Amino acid sequence: MTELKDGCVKPARGPIVSTLASSERTAMLKEDKMMVRVGQLAIDFEVNAYINGVGFQPIKLSDYKGKWIVLCFYPGDFTFV
Amino acid sequence: MAAVAVRYEEFKALGVEVLAISTDSRFSHKIWQEQELSKMVSGGLPFPMLSDAGGRIGAIYGVYDEAAGVDIRGRFIIDPDFVIRAMEVLTPEVGRNPDELIRQIKAFQHVRATGEVTPSGWQPGQVTLTPGPELVGHVCEVWKP
Repeated sequence: MTELKDGCVKPARGPIVSTLASSERTAMLKEDKMMVRVGQLAIDFEVNAYINGVGFQPIKLSDYKGKWIVLCFYPGDFTFV
Repeated sequence: MAAVAVRYEEFKALGVEVLAISTDSRFSHKIWQEQELSKMVSGGLPFPMLSDAGGRIGAIYGVYDEAAGVDIRGRFIIDPDFVIRAMEVLTPEVGRNPDELIRQIKAFQHVRATGEVTPSGWQPGQVTLTPGPELVGHVCEVWKP
């Protein structure tokens, strides 16, 4: 499978806040504070990713809208638990 | 993450997309996959590994540890309408329980399909509750812990 060409530095959009109300947007940009709540819409983002068998590509959380998603944060590659 | 990966077939059967995310670069993800994960899990981690550069995503999801500069273990169940249904955040010493994650997904899917609600510890096939005025004061007749 061909891998996308990829440089050393590749910006991604990070949190995508255009859908939020302006007061929320201001609060989020001022300090990176927790914005998510159960029962509320997930906050979209775009980041770079590695996909086994595919290679490097940017991914947006909203690419998976319409499906059940489990988003798993973990402390780091090569950790133990 | 490997513990979740070995249950991947179950997630797939439930129509769930798993996304792993840490502050590591995509390059680090690739080498971890090739050097280690592929030896723990046949075929390696089957889901995308996302790079949360600078912890910007972790910060808004409430899992970014500024002192350590990493995202601590946190998982979020998001439904097809993009609504967050559940979250679990742990300090790093204790690993996750994929059984409980799968149970919660099944329960949320059941609720979404039927409009019923599931009592504590519910497993597929067990009794559910139908909320309404008739149930008030009568839960004990249909369900006991």
